[in-house]
Amino acid sequence: MDDIKYTPSQPNVRKYDPDKDYGTPKSESTTLVTLNIDGVDVTVPEGTSIMHAAQLGGVTVPKLCATDSLDPFGSCRLCLVEIEGRRGYPASCTTPVAPGLKVKTQTSKLADIRRGVMELYISDHPLDCLTCAANGDCELQDMAGAVGLREVRYGYEGENHLGQAKDESNPYFTFDASKCIVCSRCVRACEETQGTFALTIQGRGFDSKVSAGNKDFLDSECVSCGACVQACPTATLMEKTVIEAGTPEHKVTTTCAYCGVGCSFDAEMKGEEVVRMTPSKEGGANHGHSCVKGRFAWGYATHADRITTPMIRKSIHDPWQKVSWEEAISYAASEIQRIQARYGKDAVGGITSSRCTNEEVYVTQKLIRAVFGSNNVDTCARVCHSPTGYGLKQTLGESAGTQTFDSVMKSDVIFVMGANPTDGHPVFGSLMKRRLREGAKLIVADPRAIDLVENSPHVRADFHLNLRPGTNVALITALAHVVVTEGLVQEAFVKARCEWDSFVTWRDFVAKPENSPEALAKELGLDAELVREAARLFATGGNAAIYYGLGVTEHSQGSTTVMGIANLAMATGNVGREGVGVNPLRGQNNVQGSCDMGSMPHEFPGYRHVADDETRALFEQAWGVKLSADPGLRIPNMLDLAAEGSFKAVYCVGEDIAQSDPDTQHVTHALESMECVIVQDLFLNETAKFAHVFFPGASFLEKNGTFTNAERRISPVRKVMTPKNGMEDWEITAKFSTALGYPMHYTHASEIMDEIAALTPTFKGVSFKKLDELGSIQWPCNDEAPEGTPTMHVDEFVRGKGKFFITQYVATTERVNAKFPLILTTGRILSQYNVGAQTRRTQNVVWHAEDLIEIHPHDAEERGIQEGDWVGISSRAGQTVLRAKITERVQPGVVYTTFHHPESGANVITTDNSDWATNCPEYKVTAVQVSRVNQLSDWQKEYRTFSDTQIELTGMDPHTVVS
Amino acid sequence: MDIEKLIKMANQIGDFFEANPDAEDAKLEIAGHLKKFWNSVMIKAIVAHVQQQQGAGLHPRVVAAIQQHVSV
Repeated sequence: MDDIKYTPSQPNVRKYDPDKDYGTPKSESTTLVTLNIDGVDVTVPEGTSIMHAAQLGGVTVPKLCATDSLDPFGSCRLCLVEIEGRRGYPASCTTPVAPGLKVKTQTSKLADIRRGVMELYISDHPLDCLTCAANGDCELQDMAGAVGLREVRYGYEGENHLGQAKDESNPYFTFDASKCIVCSRCVRACEETQGTFALTIQGRGFDSKVSAGNKDFLDSECVSCGACVQACPTATLMEKTVIEAGTPEHKVTTTCAYCGVGCSFDAEMKGEEVVRMTPSKEGGANHGHSCVKGRFAWGYATHADRITTPMIRKSIHDPWQKVSWEEAISYAASEIQRIQARYGKDAVGGITSSRCTNEEVYVTQKLIRAVFGSNNVDTCARVCHSPTGYGLKQTLGESAGTQTFDSVMKSDVIFVMGANPTDGHPVFGSLMKRRLREGAKLIVADPRAIDLVENSPHVRADFHLNLRPGTNVALITALAHVVVTEGLVQEAFVKARCEWDSFVTWRDFVAKPENSPEALAKELGLDAELVREAARLFATGGNAAIYYGLGVTEHSQGSTTVMGIANLAMATGNVGREGVGVNPLRGQNNVQGSCDMGSMPHEFPGYRHVADDETRALFEQAWGVKLSADPGLRIPNMLDLAAEGSFKAVYCVGEDIAQSDPDTQHVTHALESMECVIVQDLFLNETAKFAHVFFPGASFLEKNGTFTNAERRISPVRKVMTPKNGMEDWEITAKFSTALGYPMHYTHASEIMDEIAALTPTFKGVSFKKLDELGSIQWPCNDEAPEGTPTMHVDEFVRGKGKFFITQYVATTERVNAKFPLILTTGRILSQYNVGAQTRRTQNVVWHAEDLIEIHPHDAEERGIQEGDWVGISSRAGQTVLRAKITERVQPGVVYTTFHHPESGANVITTDNSDWATNCPEYKVTAVQVSRVNQLSDWQKEYRTFSDTQIELTGMDPHTVVS
Repeated sequence: MDIEKLIKMANQIGDFFEANPDAEDAKLEIAGHLKKFWNSVMIKAIVAHVQQQQGAGLHPRVVAAIQQHVSV
């Protein structure tokens, strides 16, 4: 027999098979050990378990409590082996390899022991295999077969655990304790993989049972990530969809359509029906983990509210007319032509979404630039991470995060600023928590106590800098002040890697006394010594990584803070290797990709300015048309001009500006002022209620394409079912273009990627074929890096030398006063996603049926507000009403809400204040007053009437449509 | 386009570069930012405001930046 080699540099002869369970995690050691298993020499990294080594050698050792996503536990006693010269029968899962070991995995004695173990398990297990949901997918069943169990001598009448009530409280999976073998895989998955510690083994010996803290699953700490279901070897924890439909017959690997983590999933199918989505072990971003959204909340794709027939109407007060695709596209094209003839070519534009694939975004911006004839294209990153694009381009030279997610496992200090990973980016949040449990230090800068601060088991922030909303720049500059004035700058790094002059200017600026923590303490609302200690830890604690989110960007000085973050990382030498870096956590799945694909009005794909003659010539040649060098309108500019009457038509692909953009009443007024609003979406979203043309879109399960996540990872989206609307979204845009006289002849999304690769240096090496081979690719992917670039700026910055920028704190004009004494800030919740159009159409609403306003007990008491009361929230932009949640998570003077439900009107109160560089709205700071009320606001009442009417105009029943 | 909004936006840009100790460089940066990110409709409106209203409401450095470095 051939010897088996498995080394990092020389892949094992027997190819690693992701579908195989190796029983214990892979060892990362580079030292190799050779041992003999069942007569075959196997060479594996030191630290590998005998079980794992045997699997690599092609030998399967029976097991129940082991699975390769979890540390070995050694409880089931099935994986015992014999080792020459050692006594007894050690468990192969907990026994590491050693040089020269001679291991036997199959002997008659081992067979006896294993049969005896299985006999005991089966004596206390229901024998309903044929009608069991796990039939054919059950490890207990497999092991009974593998060990040759033929009889159970004890009978089945003795004391047992059968006949227990099922816990069906979770909407997505059941817990059937009768089938539990107490292997602890679920408990360990909840701890190790997810980091929630919701499950425990309660009782001892025969009384041991899995318990969700003595509650049912729904009421427990469980976050429904699915890790326990994934880990369960039996039918104890089982997806309800599998119970209903039976086991899947094929699977297709694809990418989740929710947050910026971009998890890889296997869509497990029966024909064209999804039976379940399971996290892909090979997923570069998620390594087999998932959250409640990606794992379970995909039912919206087939929801009854989906509109699958194109519709048109002259006025938004008319009933919608269902028409053929030809008619809808031709009508939309004629309207664009009519409006451009009458008001000029610049009177129209388009908006893409971070929910679109790269290919969809690319063709949409191409349509607008090449066919509409202007650069009036923008994307929803405008309202979330546009400051990241600007700030990182200025300082580091590339508008993207610098690391992989896995990099966090090499961080010693983690600085989370204005982000809430366990809610907003749950799978990455779990990875971060794993590193924190290993001992990494944590600094959190957030006005609110996010879960990481002290509400995650075995994780506690070393510093919670609960600054006042709107003072990020003061904080980042104060931290820099400490680094500079206490001699903590990594001068060698700065000298070698950065523009020295810019550093000196910056150093002199931050060192000024007015930038000290003491001088800024009052503004920040923070103890100066706390800021100093946090800065010292960041600068001296080893590998320090910064993770930030919309709490950084969505401010009037969002771009300044991003630059301040980059300054801090450069000054402390924390860029260009694993474990460090500047990491924007992107809200939606394809924020990075939609920006990469040129959906900003001033940039072609690959972040190249429209006024750059060479780039423009490249695109002019490829597209065969003359292109404009004038930066186009941004979303807020489009809306302002629409309200003034000079911007008349918009093609809005997958985006819902009427719900997600600030100052709702201004947005809806602008939409009402346009003559042609074209919306392409799955549902009649809030913007579609103001539309004249509705192009029904395809869900992520119905199309091919790619998404690019927060770590620049391009992952394939694969079509697993026929589009219910008849077409993939890029096809709709291509046909629209054709109707406008500019034929687009793509026959598959891969051809669009080929065009992107041909025109974009950072994508040069990307193709669907390579994605099939590698699974995913982190750009830049080109001749120098044919398999992509996990860590950026390694030897030099993309811009050459890193550049420091002065970050002068300028207080927002949105200040509290006697009329509006509180600050409202906004955020997200785990179970809901963005505007909620998808997640509100799933059972995730059991966790979050409505948006609430969080108020500190002190502020609540002053206003006579009690838990659950209706609370009116007024700002200078508008008023809305939400129910109160009284909590010390928010500090006195600050109130907080989410924005997942349209009738909440969170954006009725947000203002038109925006970031100085990018116009990203200042969602995070709105001066408000709150008071007890007993009815909804006027806006909410009007909204309800308007929304119901609009639903009726489609022919649907407003009582059955989810809003 | 609403000139008050443009003035506010231009002043915010000016605020960022205000701290730059090199005033000439700051003016170039302000003008460069406007040219890079503002649509020509907006540029025309702010230039007209500087020419016709002496830039009323704009910070002096922003006015100077537009006068010296931005043309329609």
